[in-house]
Amino acid sequence: MRTDCLIVGVGGQGTILASRIVGNAALSLGLDVRGSETIGMAQRGGSVASHIRVGGASSPLISPGGADVILAFELCEGARALPYLARDGVMIVCDRVIQPYSSAGTGGYDAAAVMEGVASAVSRLCVLDGSYIIEHCRVKCLNMAVIGAAVALGALPCSMGDIERTIDARFDSRRSDMNKNALRVGAELAKSYKKQ
Amino acid sequence: MEEKRAGEKRLLMGNEAIALGAIRAGVSVATGYPGTPSSEVLETIAKERPEGVYVEWSVNEKSALEVAAGAAIAGERALVTMKQVGLNVASDPLMSLNYVGVKGGMVVMVADDPGPISSQTEQDTRSFGQYAKIAVFDPSSPEEAYTMIADAYDCSERTGRPALFRPTTRVCHSYSSVEIQKPLPRRHSESFRKDGGRWVIFPRLAYANHIKIEENLVRLSDEFSSYSGNRLTGGGRLGVASGGVSWSYVMEAASDIATDFRNLKVATVPFPRQLAAKFLDGLDSVLVVEELDPFIERELIYLCGRLGVKVDIRGKLSGDMPPAGENTPAEVRRAVRSFLGEEEYAVRDLRDASALNLPPRPPVLCAGCPHRASFYAVKEASRGRKAVFSGDIGCYTLGNASPLDMVDTCLCMGAGVAMAQGLNRAEPDAVNFAFIGDSTFFHTGIPGVVNAVYNNADIIVAVLDNSTTAMTGGQPHPGIGRTITGEPARKLSIYDVLASVGVGDIQRVNAFDLFAAKNAAARAIEGKGVRAIIFEGECIALSGGNKTAMSVDDSKCVGCGVCVRELGCPALSMEGKKASVDGASCTGCEVCVSLCKFGALGGDAA
Ligand code: SF4
Ligand code: SF4
Repeated sequence: MRTDCLIVGVGGQGTILASRIVGNAALSLGLDVRGSETIGMAQRGGSVASHIRVGGASSPLISPGGADVILAFELCEGARALPYLARDGVMIVCDRVIQPYSSAGTGGYDAAAVMEGVASAVSRLCVLDGSYIIEHCRVKCLNMAVIGAAVALGALPCSMGDIERTIDARFDSRRSDMNKNALRVGAELAKSYKKQ
Repeated sequence: MEEKRAGEKRLLMGNEAIALGAIRAGVSVATGYPGTPSSEVLETIAKERPEGVYVEWSVNEKSALEVAAGAAIAGERALVTMKQVGLNVASDPLMSLNYVGVKGGMVVMVADDPGPISSQTEQDTRSFGQYAKIAVFDPSSPEEAYTMIADAYDCSERTGRPALFRPTTRVCHSYSSVEIQKPLPRRHSESFRKDGGRWVIFPRLAYANHIKIEENLVRLSDEFSSYSGNRLTGGGRLGVASGGVSWSYVMEAASDIATDFRNLKVATVPFPRQLAAKFLDGLDSVLVVEELDPFIERELIYLCGRLGVKVDIRGKLSGDMPPAGENTPAEVRRAVRSFLGEEEYAVRDLRDASALNLPPRPPVLCAGCPHRASFYAVKEASRGRKAVFSGDIGCYTLGNASPLDMVDTCLCMGAGVAMAQGLNRAEPDAVNFAFIGDSTFFHTGIPGVVNAVYNNADIIVAVLDNSTTAMTGGQPHPGIGRTITGEPARKLSIYDVLASVGVGDIQRVNAFDLFAAKNAAARAIEGKGVRAIIFEGECIALSGGNKTAMSVDDSKCVGCGVCVRELGCPALSMEGKKASVDGASCTGCEVCVSLCKFGALGGDAA
């Protein structure tokens, strides 16, 4: 079974770390992993995407209509990735809004309209409350909260324990606890989420 | 350490795989200059720090290549890393080194960037290799890169010439599970032998070696026909030829194609002609899938002419494939299916986001970036003047975006300082600023300043010193006082360099002190000749900027929007009728504070 997972967000939100954690967790289960990152100028606040392909893909990139799971750290970036979602794919999107800079200052998009568009396009959707996440873990750990939600919903080919072990192997105990806490916050949010 | 890990599967980024592959192959001297998408190779070697391996960030690609060349003629295995435009800087020594030759294996790793995603050009290092008569290895994935770099060392040593190794962005920055292998047996390295002039390039020697080079290319083309990186599979009367990451896209497309077709993978320059002749034999037509130059396509057309066979070769030259930009798996799938007469691959009910009118999200200078402050100060000081702002390569190129709009030119590393001189010759009544970052200054900026002083130019050199090579991820350089491995190094002062080459008026100013920065710019504008301002302020991505975030006092903010409109700081926005600071991203640089005439922006006070 192959799982193609796309992680999207704004440069600086930690998509690369998130994909490495998911990738290494899958690798620890003996699964074949391949993927691709956005590294370079776009990391300065541009749109970024990490592709993770578990279970024997030949190319590092997911094609439109091919993502079984999309994890979006920001609403507009989640919407931008819609064409990539497979017909019966799952999308987990954090409702945090980061407006791209516009000199008018009022921001470039209408969050409510975009949310409505996403909700009507995706039936298997889970929206995470970004302000709740930021209140309960650091803004830097938002990436782990979204992963926690994805694992809780069974959208990734690994368990909470696999992810936790991967985190433990990567960080010192303080940062490891911070990240694992974020996983739990995300998992709880996902479990309590009911699509309106 | 690698010995212990042998057999273990690791998730490696392409650049990490290349680094570990080079270590496995026994590299002992590794040099380079950072450049996306190549930088992580040297960083990985520095992090692993295997015993007996010397690694350095050189001041530029030319120096990097020359250091490695010295080591290689003394018999060491050397590695040089750079991005494709870096090869332009290093091409002078590389062209000649191929004539002189090497003793130890020398691999020049040059990362190409189809798209381009983070580069000025879409040049193809395979074409460079052809022009320079140097063998090129073109890996298709991280796992292939891991072992292929050892083949490149082997080739270099066997031929006594440097070899190029050119992954593309989608190999460098993709990752996959790679099985770590045992280190290759260590070669015995001897010390430098003078060999009666063998290492001194004179016309007579160049002529003699040119003959050897040509013979060598013919031999390599034969050898590469049975090289494992070049592969021929499948059957039928239709063929697809590809290389690099495009080959993986072809393989993916092939997974649900019923038609049998001949599949040629090409990973080398010189072109494996015997293998390609086998591929062409009995075919009606061929689709070539590659990025950047139509290298494989041209070689196949040439070979058809040589062999006198009539095979229809389709690709970039025939207009079947796009001439520029990077390939995507979806486009390759479409092209391959239509070429093979397969039904179009339709993804049903593709979701469409176009109705949502999503705004583009271009990269921006970070909240609290010192460059924003410097640009703003110069902008203010030159208001009402005819001024041209030359830029250079680095994060500060982003200063071209509105509202700053402070970068009028950008060409290549170090070009801004000399271009400003030319612009000023054409338009002597303009004030010409040349913005250049600290790492770029050391890379190739200094000769431009020397040229300006020598030729009595009238320009202002504005060094944006943020104490790092920011765009590529924060590498140290000669002005930092630390090497790639963290050892202390003599810290070169940009001020002293400028003073020693004869720049008369040099000012140093804290970039975040808007008032002082503006005054410095105003003074420079009134001056004549070559003068300089060094704007000092640490890159926020490095320092973290752990100061208190600003906030807006709603009772004072009149909603004029000046702070938002003028600075372009991503932490500032208008929320309804009032300005608002995003506490999570504001670094507390306080540059916006002085912009508000009503005192609405501030620390805890506001
Ligand atoms: S990384 Fe540093 S130099 Fe680059 S935009 Fe951010 S603060 Fe500025
Ligand atoms: S202090 Fe002002 S200019 Fe500086 S980062 Fe914060 S909002 Fe941006």
